Amino acid sequence: MEKNEGLLVRRIREGVVIDHIPAGRALYVLKLLGITGREGYRIALVMNVESRKLGKKDIVKIEGRFLKPEEYNKIALIAPTATVNIVKDYHVVKKDKVVLPEVIEGIIVCPNPTCISRKPGEPIASKFKRLSDKPLRLQCMYCGAIVEEEDILKSIVEGSL
Amino acid sequence: MWKNRDVISILDFSREDLEYLFEAADKIYEYLISSSVPRLLEGKVVSLAFFEPSTRTRLSFEVAAKRLGAITIGFSGEEGISVAKGESFADTIRMLDAYSDLIIVRHRYEGAALYAAEIAKVPVINAGDGKQHHPTQAMIDLYTVKRLYGHIDGLVYGVLGDLRYSRAASSFILALTRFSPEKLYLISPKLLRAREEVKMVLRQAGIVFEEVESLEEVIHELDVLYVVRIQRERFPDPQEYEKVKGSYRVTLSLLEKRAKPTLKILHPLPKVDEVEPRVDNSRFAAYFYQAKLGIPLRMALLALILRGEV
Repeated sequence: MEKNEGLLVRRIREGVVIDHIPAGRALYVLKLLGITGREGYRIALVMNVESRKLGKKDIVKIEGRFLKPEEYNKIALIAPTATVNIVKDYHVVKKDKVVLPEVIEGIIVCPNPTCISRKPGEPIASKFKRLSDKPLRLQCMYCGAIVEEEDILKSIVEGSL
Repeated sequence: MWKNRDVISILDFSREDLEYLFEAADKIYEYLISSSVPRLLEGKVVSLAFFEPSTRTRLSFEVAAKRLGAITIGFSGEEGISVAKGESFADTIRMLDAYSDLIIVRHRYEGAALYAAEIAKVPVINAGDGKQHHPTQAMIDLYTVKRLYGHIDGLVYGVLGDLRYSRAASSFILALTRFSPEKLYLISPKLLRAREEVKMVLRQAGIVFEEVESLEEVIHELDVLYVVRIQRERFPDPQEYEKVKGSYRVTLSLLEKRAKPTLKILHPLPKVDEVEPRVDNSRFAAYFYQAKLGIPLRMALLALILRGEV
């Protein structure tokens, strides 16, 4: 984390700091994690601050909460540059880069309305394979539909998760 | 290499797999001619799960299974089965999995066959999933070319019609990537061009292809013309259908004037008005022969999957 960030928000005692989120996407990260603000976590959100790596970036700090493995995958979808810092007793004890897996299950909704993964009443999760990272392109393993980065963000923003 | 395999997409199969299948189909073809078909599937039960109505594909699978001595069970259309009562697709497949040795499935949703294969322990054959795949049709199509020309490589192919919504067209185009066509023309109105995921596979396979709008421009180059009808039932917007219906028609006079005398026309059938009926009795028409080859090809496929050999 850059020094000047310390001026904005104080350090957390125990929890997670998601750093290097592409500028403007911190709210989507919270949404992906299912955090509405009503859970009672102390959360700090920093948006559009300077970053040596990215130019500008967002940061999310959540006190008292850690990430499940599948949540790393979810974050990788919209914030592939993110680093996840695990904080215990005011110290970063673990630092991980998020990695998008080859197969992404159950996170995004297939845009094709006649894809079997969207058939009402079926016990089925969507399943996408990664075609490319930059730009992000995924392909539905059921119907073959190709989704671009924009569609993925849209799917997340519109809450169809 | 074939025993217990699922048949979901034509891309699941290599050139060697397909050539092995064609050899097996040749063998069955001879058995049929000499009326000496061995009952290779005696005691086997084959499920025909046609959630979407079908005549030709269902009947040809049924005949193929029965000719080899298997029993068939199943349905066509969702009325009259528990799906009409609200049963999930997954539960229907589980039931068929328990009752039979192989499930042949057709459904209007893309990906339904893959989903069925994930659920069922017995092999699943995709007999058409929405607008996506129809792998056994593509096998029949290539087998027809093989029998007509003796080879599949080195020919100039044209695929004409609804390349966006026709699963037969998509599967045929994808199937060609397993061989080395000289060139492939994708002939359609702009609105009905092949889907991006299909063209992506063509590019990856290094197939030389071109998208054109008029058959007249390219017909003189073609060795094989694959025609599909416009898939009215898959258009999300009926107005879009109105814009493109009847936008192409293969006539005998065009063929006689411009086509190579050896050109062969394939069509997965049913045809509506995209091929003039006068073409049916001409030297160009190969689609009834193609339909006939559906039986030995599907017999070979069932025998290879359930027994591993013919």
